[in-house]
Amino acid sequence: MSLLTALLILGGLALVFGGLLGFAAVRFKVQSDPLVEQIDDILPQTQCGQCGYPGCRPYAEAIANGDDINKCPPGGDSTIRKLADLMGVEAKPLNAAQTVAIKRVAYIREDECIGCTKCIQACPVDAIVGASKLMHTVIVDECTGCDLCVEPCPVDCIDMLPVTPTPERWKWDLKAIPITQVE
Amino acid sequence: MPSLFQQIQAGKLWDFHGGVHPPTRKAQTAQKPIGVLPLPDRLYIPLRQHIGVAGHVLVSKGQRVLKGQPLTSADNSMAVPVHAPTSGTVMAIAEHTSAHPSALPEITITLVPDGLDEWRSRYPLNLATSDKLSLLERIQESGIAGMGGAGFPAHLKAGLTQPVDYLIINAVECEPYITADDALIQEGAITIVKGIDILCKLLNPKAVLIGIEDDKPIASAALKAACSQREHYYVRDVPTKYPSGGEKQLIQLLTNKEVPAGRRPIDIGIVMLNVGTAFAVAQAVLDDQPLLSRIVTVTGETLSQPQNVLALIGTPVSDLLTFCGYQQQTAGKVIMGGPMMGFTLPDLTVPIIKTTNCILAPSQYELPQPGNELDCIRCSACADACPASLLPQQLLWYSKAKDPAKLDEYNLFDCIECGACAYVCPSEIPLVQYYRVAKAEIREQQREAVKAEQAKARFEARNARLEREKQQRMARNQQLAQAREQAQKTGSNSNAVADALARIKAKKAEQPAPATNREQVLAEREAKKQQAREYQAAKAAANQQPDSVSETAKQEQAVSSEPTVNESATVEPANAKSAAVAAAIARAKAKKAAQAQAEQQETIVEAEQTKQPEAIEQSSPQAATDPRKAAIAAAIARAKAKKQADSEKS
Repeated sequence: MSLLTALLILGGLALVFGGLLGFAAVRFKVQSDPLVEQIDDILPQTQCGQCGYPGCRPYAEAIANGDDINKCPPGGDSTIRKLADLMGVEAKPLNAAQTVAIKRVAYIREDECIGCTKCIQACPVDAIVGASKLMHTVIVDECTGCDLCVEPCPVDCIDMLPVTPTPERWKWDLKAIPITQVE
Repeated sequence: MPSLFQQIQAGKLWDFHGGVHPPTRKAQTAQKPIGVLPLPDRLYIPLRQHIGVAGHVLVSKGQRVLKGQPLTSADNSMAVPVHAPTSGTVMAIAEHTSAHPSALPEITITLVPDGLDEWRSRYPLNLATSDKLSLLERIQESGIAGMGGAGFPAHLKAGLTQPVDYLIINAVECEPYITADDALIQEGAITIVKGIDILCKLLNPKAVLIGIEDDKPIASAALKAACSQREHYYVRDVPTKYPSGGEKQLIQLLTNKEVPAGRRPIDIGIVMLNVGTAFAVAQAVLDDQPLLSRIVTVTGETLSQPQNVLALIGTPVSDLLTFCGYQQQTAGKVIMGGPMMGFTLPDLTVPIIKTTNCILAPSQYELPQPGNELDCIRCSACADACPASLLPQQLLWYSKAKDPAKLDEYNLFDCIECGACAYVCPSEIPLVQYYRVAKAEIREQQREAVKAEQAKARFEARNARLEREKQQRMARNQQLAQAREQAQKTGSNSNAVADALARIKAKKAEQPAPATNREQVLAEREAKKQQAREYQAAKAAANQQPDSVSETAKQEQAVSSEPTVNESATVEPANAKSAAVAAAIARAKAKKAAQAQAEQQETIVEAEQTKQPEAIEQSSPQAATDPRKAAIAAAIARAKAKKQADSEKS
């Protein structure tokens, strides 16, 4: 008798919890992988495609599925460190040979632009304005410096220029102050 | 237990953590009268001299401006205008070295004074009859930004609508050397109190606390005398300690309240303004005199007459130094601001701005070059000195490690950069510089994060748009296909045939009308031919007549000259065209050559290269004749070259 009661109780509990879990799975279903969101937040969102994926989100998905974390040159070492922390893996040096040290934005030499709209189609963040057979120009504040517009330009009139510093964005230069590093 | 207000009324003072006692060195300038600077040759007025945004420029190059005339407009609440400090002509609106530690160029209006000092018309306000809004408007239009150093727009503080318990007037000039506020109080205590009256009308505080250090007895007495008729104005002598003039420190000294991290004093019912600001407010409202000048302490052992001077905004630092007898020293430096928080000037054409309170030209002995930085020995002297109760050694550690999370945990942004920690450090570590770098780095990261967020949003919006367009295109195609299918299914052949017939009929109906026209045209043509024949006959007849030889010669000349003109006209475009083509070919060749080089086809490269300079030489002088065509040609050439390169690559 007692055996039957125990079985009934346990079976009942199993049913109740199973039901609860089943309900929760339907009711609180998460559409996307939260890990992808977290990785995407860390990536610099330049949408440059230097990692080999079309944009930052696809790369985030790839990382979540086990791709290397060191394929993002615009993010640099700090991004790799953050990704390593998040994913619980060792931080690796950047894969690409060259690192983007200075922040750059695209600049169109306007008198040479022939108005072909190829750069507009290439820009991942719609930061180039212009129309067919009319001059194009870059909205500097929106440019992420991804270089994607440089290649399609048939007349090579797009330069990547370093961002000019302003007093507000100026970083105190330690080298201007007499400091010696103690070993 | 008496209430806080009762304690304050009774004259109780509190203390803040830490602080240092550097030698004050104020005696050099404190007792001297304020010198009046002669009119400088040039005034450099930066558009932005406060925290916020610059107004729009209202003047143009070459325009004559009157004293007190606004040069920029205060078109939003964060903008504060700048004014012409004297009458003169605007010489330039261009970049000039800024009065900022970075010395990066900023847009600056250069004014050449004409020596007349001619005022614009002035409209002083009556305090009793004017309302708050007009007072605030006047304060903003007069270009008043905090004169203590930060340069926060005064109208924003004076226009706060939250209830204010205490209005604190900061007369604590705690940094060594500086006596500008001291001098101002000694000479203008009554005006300052009038300014406080105006601020009281705007803010309606329970009490006004005026904090002044006890090493300024004359100024303190002057303030007390000026306040004697006011019931709720309390002048408090605070002990001399650096940095008791810091906003949060003075609040703690006078009211025993602490401003929470990341909050403003108004959140605990306190507004603080500098004495200089109160003085400027009084001048703006009661005299309609905008902020055109300020008192600057010019001091240091390299000067023969260190003193306080009344300098127009925009006066170059070099003028002040010359006035006070500056003897340039080898490796001597000039500091804007005090020795604790100031910065070294890279050149002396930097102008005095609204927040400049001191120009310090110390000798080598007075302010020696900092020694070698040594290791931190963890003596914790910095933590004892920190007025914000932070842990400077931990902050140094994490600043060096560039760990923003930890820096935030240790409240880096509560650091007021007073320099007390660096002052006491036995290892001579310039701690504040590390914090400044770390702060700038973190701010930059925050900006980047915001930008990344925007870029992400734009990227997603673009993808959504492309997807939408694709859907629309597909839908349209589908619709068209359906329409075609339907037409094929339902469209009976008889219909199509009938349509075609109708079209042919319509065409036929149209044709007769042009036919008549054609006849007319033919007739006209015939008539013209006839005319031409007659003319030729007449010409032949004229040629036969010997009298008209000269005439025909003229005609011939005219005829012959015309073609030459035509020829030259046609030759030029032809030249330009050929030049453009040549340029294009040259460029294409150049690009090709470069690519060939990359592919290590050395022999070809050499051959091409020998051709290349010739082609360029040929093309360049001709290309100059028609730059536009040449540019187009160049563009085409580049395009071609690029295409070729791509095809070669693939």
